[in-house]
Amino acid sequence: MSKYIILGVVLVGLAAAPLTGDTYLMRMATLACMYAVMAASWNLIGGLTGYPSFGTAAFFGLGAYTSGILATLDVALPISIAVAGVVAFVVAAIIGFILLRLKGHYFAIATLACVELLREIANSATDLTGGGMGLNIPRNADLGIFAEASLFFFAMWGLLALTALVCLMVERSKIGFALACIRQAEGAAEMIGVNSTLYKTLAFALSGVFVAMAGGVYASWVHYIEPGDVFDILLTIKPVVMALIGGVGSTVGAIVGAIVYIAAEEVIWRNYLDFSSGIIGLTVVGLVLFLPHGLGSLHLRLRGKAVTP
Amino acid sequence: MIFVQILVNGLVLGSLYACIAAGFSLVWGVLNVINLMHGSFIVLGAYLALGLYLSIGLAPWWSLAVAAVLFFGIGYLIQRFLINRVIAAPVLLSLTLTFGLDLIIQNAMLYFFKADYRSLKLDPALGSLAFGSVVVPVDRLIAMIFALLLTLALYIVLRKSRVGRAIVAVRVDQGAARLLGVNIPSIYAIAFGIGTAMAASAGTLLALTFPIAPVASYAFLGKAFVVCVLGGLGSVPGAVLGGLLLGLVETFGAYALGPEFAVMLSFGLLILFLVVRPQGILGRWGFE
Repeated sequence: MSKYIILGVVLVGLAAAPLTGDTYLMRMATLACMYAVMAASWNLIGGLTGYPSFGTAAFFGLGAYTSGILATLDVALPISIAVAGVVAFVVAAIIGFILLRLKGHYFAIATLACVELLREIANSATDLTGGGMGLNIPRNADLGIFAEASLFFFAMWGLLALTALVCLMVERSKIGFALACIRQAEGAAEMIGVNSTLYKTLAFALSGVFVAMAGGVYASWVHYIEPGDVFDILLTIKPVVMALIGGVGSTVGAIVGAIVYIAAEEVIWRNYLDFSSGIIGLTVVGLVLFLPHGLGSLHLRLRGKAVTP
Repeated sequence: MIFVQILVNGLVLGSLYACIAAGFSLVWGVLNVINLMHGSFIVLGAYLALGLYLSIGLAPWWSLAVAAVLFFGIGYLIQRFLINRVIAAPVLLSLTLTFGLDLIIQNAMLYFFKADYRSLKLDPALGSLAFGSVVVPVDRLIAMIFALLLTLALYIVLRKSRVGRAIVAVRVDQGAARLLGVNIPSIYAIAFGIGTAMAASAGTLLALTFPIAPVASYAFLGKAFVVCVLGGLGSVPGAVLGGLLLGLVETFGAYALGPEFAVMLSFGLLILFLVVRPQGILGRWGFE
């Protein structure tokens, strides 16, 4: 029960950001929601199913470009984002169906290669995407600065609420149980009649949908995207680290992990610009070595219990 | 004649790829760890060659020996004290650990060497050899020869030396190797040290042919992935075959389709191989 309370507090706390009227704070909150969507989505495939996907950036970029291109054709924001989600579902289902027969490192590398491949496609399909010059996304209405910040904050926040809802439903449902079986022993799961191909493909496709929608909101939010930006490998790695912070396998953990990470990153950026990535690297190393089960295992550590990776 | 020229370019590039991938493949095959620092070790090796050339005029192919010894030690220590702690954990943790370490190295490189692209220009320049209309720059030729020699040296060490046989034994059957008295943590550290030494040595050679910058590491890492999967994991002949194949595919692909398709082609090939033949061309799981 406590995890629902934590989730509720987090969502309400984030929703309070616009009340401050501080656009800087709202930018951070929007970013936190965006990464929380990505971390929770990654958790579906990487945490629940146990397939280490490094393809998050592929779906983020796919969503950003799908919705960005639609926006240049004067399609309204909600429709373009919904289309981005549908496109990502289909593409992720196809990629997943092909790649989910690989395991471990092979799966990780194959998904990483998908990111590279899509980036190169976006780079060379100049007619559609503007190639390396990037894509300008027009504003559809001239809102004030604060109104626009609120619009995109609530779009991201709503997306996070939707993602959390779907992920928690999956976690609790028969699908979640099947995914846990696949994670623990795929062969045994198949033997007792779990259609593992169906369920893991579904998990991968779902993990792509919300990431793509977040990419779509992001594209309209920043008004300009280019392949190196939305297919950035860091967009793939950060959600994994966030899920590790929160404890792999838990949706709420991933969301909390994302907020902790974004807050910590911002503090580090502001104070130690020259060493920011080094400090983040140190944090990651320390986390993996000393708290491999996330912040949730901190109390075990403090009581001197063995926490093995 | 353009065909022969492209073939030669592809083989030169491919030998360097083979050398890059051999150490990566060794670590992946023996330790089951994907070392995301591999690209950064290559770039560090290149900076070492650049530094030694600019300060005391040491030619890159001699820096290679310095890099090999120095980075063997660094790799040995990193494995022994950091990676060894998560070696039994799920792949996600070791991958994330090497990513974190790589962030630290990247940050240090940016801080000390800055983000600019630098290149090592030999003075006097070595010129190039011409065979009819086929032209090969001498520095590239030397880099190619040393890359192949280095890869051959790794092959011989693994085949003939006692420690090499122990590494192969751990790769093939860890349990049996342990029963026969092989010290597994020590072999892991040595294998990782060799992988690191191979990366840095390859880097000294790459300094001759590629511009160097901290961000270049990701491109090299990407090549190592592709070559490993093409040739077959954990085998030196596989790395050579995969490297040459990738070099040829890239150069011919760039000629036929345009240079912007070279990267797309290599990653497309990677995914194709992962799906159709994940064990690689040679397809042997053993390690020779």
